[in-house]
Amino acid sequence: MATATYDKIATTTLGSAASSITFSSIAASWTDLRLVLVATATGAGVNVDITFNSDTATNYSQTNLYGNGTAAASANATARANVEITWSTGTSTTIPSLYEIDVFSYASATYKTLLATSSQDRNGSGDTEKTVGLWRSTAAITSIRINSAASTYATGTTATLYGIKAA
Amino acid sequence: MASTYTLISSQVLASSASSVTFSAIPATYTDLVVRASARSDFAGNDEIFVIRYNSDSAANYSFRYLQVNGSTAGSGAFSNRTTEWALYTNGNSATSNTFGNLEMYIPNYTSTSSRPYSSFGVGETNASSPAMIAVLAGLYQGTSAISSISFAPGNGTNWLSASSFYLYGISNA
Repeated sequence: MATATYDKIATTTLGSAASSITFSSIAASWTDLRLVLVATATGAGVNVDITFNSDTATNYSQTNLYGNGTAAASANATARANVEITWSTGTSTTIPSLYEIDVFSYASATYKTLLATSSQDRNGSGDTEKTVGLWRSTAAITSIRINSAASTYATGTTATLYGIKAA
Repeated sequence: MASTYTLISSQVLASSASSVTFSAIPATYTDLVVRASARSDFAGNDEIFVIRYNSDSAANYSFRYLQVNGSTAGSGAFSNRTTEWALYTNGNSATSNTFGNLEMYIPNYTSTSSRPYSSFGVGETNASSPAMIAVLAGLYQGTSAISSISFAPGNGTNWLSASSFYLYGISNA
């Protein structure tokens, strides 16, 4: 039987509010990465966006599918400076939101794809969302930055990076 | 490096059962994952998972979902409910021998404040009557750490034999 291969690489729990969380020096020891973020915000408008290897050029694109409890919708954006996984609703100041981000073949020499799930129910508002993102770079991913488009992530926000190995 | 994705418990039904419950869940992990393959005795195609934590029947649950059925997409939501849902799996009118699949992710299950969760369920049956796919965001606002989770069919009476439920723990310690 194959050896279990779901490893925690690093975790960060904010002791004070911060506008971003970065995982750096990611080894090429796994096949895929999984990032789990449980977040609250200090103010309105915290949309979660992702960049790799400090690249803020327009090398990203994305397609989102989301539902807010009333209607389903989809959006697409090209030549972006990041992948935004909260296209519809930003992070709440009171109720934690759950974000699951899978990054496939992160150490390969091909362009990188991520698949994200945003879960933001607030007992009367919020949304659920799926995002597929693309980073057009052949460099291995060695760092991931989770940024907020506005305001900051609140104290207690936790981000954990896992490595999944296929062989 | 030790793996952090650990099987806590599993239940593979040898006969029909009205519900499946994982109890005495240890508080030694950070997050929980449930993976299920299920089919109910409901005389229809699409079944839902009705979920309770800690046998809590107060109005501490809410959720909103995005679903597609092969032709149209829609979204719905429920607030202040006495049970949680996860969507979808197969009822007993679905193609024979087909079971829907579910994955749930529950972070910070030992927290005593609001806990979000996600679920993704599918019920493909290779039938002209389209099966359902749904992504769901849920919230549980009970004030005790989650130590048990139960799954009952919302439309039918019983889960059928060979339905399987697996509970995993993930630690970020």
